Amino acid sequence: MMRFWPFLVFVVLAIFLYVGLGLNPHEVPSPLINKPAPAFTRPQLYDPSKTFSSEEMKGQVWLLNVWASWCVSCREEHPVLMALSRKNIVPILGLDYKDKDEDGEAWLRNGGNPYTLVATDADGRVGIDYGVYGVPETYLIDKQGVIRYKQIGAITHENLQKKILPLIAELQAK
Amino acid sequence: MKYLFMLLICLLPTFSYAGEAKDLAEDPVLEQRMVNLAQNLRCLVCQNESLASSRADLAKDLRQEVREKMKQGMTDKEITDFLVSKYGDFVLFDPPVKSYTILLWYGPFALLLIGLIGLVFQLRKRKKTIPETQLSAEQAQRAAALLNTPKDAQT
Repeated sequence: MMRFWPFLVFVVLAIFLYVGLGLNPHEVPSPLINKPAPAFTRPQLYDPSKTFSSEEMKGQVWLLNVWASWCVSCREEHPVLMALSRKNIVPILGLDYKDKDEDGEAWLRNGGNPYTLVATDADGRVGIDYGVYGVPETYLIDKQGVIRYKQIGAITHENLQKKILPLIAELQAK
Repeated sequence: MKYLFMLLICLLPTFSYAGEAKDLAEDPVLEQRMVNLAQNLRCLVCQNESLASSRADLAKDLRQEVREKMKQGMTDKEITDFLVSKYGDFVLFDPPVKSYTILLWYGPFALLLIGLIGLVFQLRKRKKTIPETQLSAEQAQRAAALLNTPKDAQT
């Protein structure tokens, strides 16, 4: 029995290291999950004289997608958002993060606009309130205005089907 | 004259060297306080750099946020708590002692203790398996003779 100890220790260590390799250090769990979404009021992208306030979304389940024209992964995510918006299940609010209005508009003109409405966060303040540290990030917010899920990085078809859509259905039924 | 001119041209690049530390605010005391605090905070973009030394855009914004919060009269602890509430314990370079970080903080000591206990057991076991042999009078004499042999007489 004594002889197997080193082997056992090795196996346990190997499992730990293997699991560690699979983790993404850039996915930092958000402390905001199950906390009220920080309220914000920001100018709209297409008409900066008008504002959008997060309060307007109370009573609805909605997605807040933080994006920017300079963000590379957003390009990857964009078709997924387009497909989701065509399904008309959930309002997708875009927050154009630290971007120039012209650039954001041009980007949406080229690739299509999946958003119900786009607000701008030119100085990144709303981003700090939401704990954004890399775009794209997406928040799923429920009828009471509580953040229920945060997607760090691009939404893929897979995690849309497996996680986000079921969660939306569940929250909408409440 | 020509050489002097060329020498002057060579010196030109040293003049274009400026405008680096624009972040440094008007108030050096506040700036120092901000840097002291930010040194213990992690930049979330380039994870192993501190908020004080990172050149990432987000780090710049967060430094500005910290400055403004300091101007509003918030204490260092309040500012740290604010950042933790947004980004989680991950922003702290020193993880706090919590139920799920106990292993992280005390695990090494536990391993050391286990090692020490194992060592003591092993040593005791060895003492039992290799008993000290008592030399008989004759053997002792031979050993003494061998050990005391003068060098030149050895061979």
